[in-house]
Amino acid sequence: MNVDSIKNGFVLDHIKAGCGMQIYRDLHLDEIDCPVAIIKNVPSKKMGKKDIIKIDADIELDLDILGYIDPGITVNVIRNDQKVEKKHLSLPEQLTGILKCKNPRCISSTEQELPQIFKLADKEKRVYRCLYCESAFKE
Amino acid sequence: MRSLIDIQELSVKEIDEMMDVADDIIANPKKYENACRGKKIATLFFEPSTRTRLSFEAAMYELGGNVLGFSEAQSSSASKGESVADTAKVVSCYADIIAMRHPKEGAPLVASMNATVPVINAGDGGHNHPTQTLADLLTIRREKGRVNNLTIGFCGDLKFGRTVHSLISALSRYTGIKVVLISPNELKLPGYIKSDVMDKNGMAYTETTDLMEVLPELDILYMTRVQGERFFSEEEYLRLRDSYILTPEKMACAKSDLAVLHPLPRVNEIAVGVDADPRACYFKQVLNGKYMRMALILKLLEVTV
Repeated sequence: MNVDSIKNGFVLDHIKAGCGMQIYRDLHLDEIDCPVAIIKNVPSKKMGKKDIIKIDADIELDLDILGYIDPGITVNVIRNDQKVEKKHLSLPEQLTGILKCKNPRCISSTEQELPQIFKLADKEKRVYRCLYCESAFKE
Repeated sequence: MRSLIDIQELSVKEIDEMMDVADDIIANPKKYENACRGKKIATLFFEPSTRTRLSFEAAMYELGGNVLGFSEAQSSSASKGESVADTAKVVSCYADIIAMRHPKEGAPLVASMNATVPVINAGDGGHNHPTQTLADLLTIRREKGRVNNLTIGFCGDLKFGRTVHSLISALSRYTGIKVVLISPNELKLPGYIKSDVMDKNGMAYTETTDLMEVLPELDILYMTRVQGERFFSEEEYLRLRDSYILTPEKMACAKSDLAVLHPLPRVNEIAVGVDADPRACYFKQVLNGKYMRMALILKLLEVTV
């Protein structure tokens, strides 16, 4: 299967097989007017199978969302047909506007204009806590 | 400029220094009577708490300062829909320091992010209550002469009792503390406090549902009220309220130098008959709360005496 190489944009590599569509949606790639390719179940030495997303546009990528979804993803930055940077992601220390606190006693439940901010409390267990009430985020 | 939202924002050294100041205030009250002359504290109480509010106000008066504020949300602009952020900005124009009690968790943090004066969290829902913890720590130190190497029992509502959460969090940084958690299964300490605070800091603890089984080994017994307002069902509240009542008969099997603490108000979890026991320290704890609030106001206003 051939997918055209991209001139200026990003290649999201090492996506867990089957997660490509979720990332497509979470990054709102359906809302941008540019070529985007989702390649599923690509054979991988390291992962067995993986998904890859190619974005042929110099958009502003939210690396926090990507890092939160899967810190194992690598982001290759392409400029003028060349890979100029390879970014390894990690769980972000802070997430703003991505998760929503579900604690009805939290001040953010009544004051809607407050930004929803979560801090990484436990990297190993992937626990994020609300900045205001410290409730752990549950899926 | 610093605020106090969570007890963890203060280092052990800072807490110890504040306890030294509180001891000095107790020994030499005259020395401090004009320390905050010309300064004003705003007590913004969005839910009723006479005790904490009066403590802050008494603390400021004893430092020679003045007090303004409100004691329920209905008498503030919150009833007109004003945000906590706006309230904090507005009150910053009138007062030198703010003490805020709010039913919503995190409200004092939001206030501190928007105020231009220090904000003290005077209790936010079931979350934090750092100045109660300061009162508890001073009481422990004054009664036992130390905050290290103690066996401390927490009894009652350990699930919703924010004073318990804050005190355990503060004690986790002292050494040789053994915690005994005494509660009905329905009101056990939340798992995240055990994992994030106690386990992480290597704090020894045991859990039991039986007060009498552990009472003889305790140096401190921290009793708590089973709070009706934290329950969704009246029936549940009435069933659990009477679970753990401390009586003079039970006190007979405790250590002779036990110190009984309680953040107050009590409902019936400590029989009135216990009050005359010299080991009952909960009214001294109220007084200690005022002294620690005085020490805290001095610290946050950067006033040295």
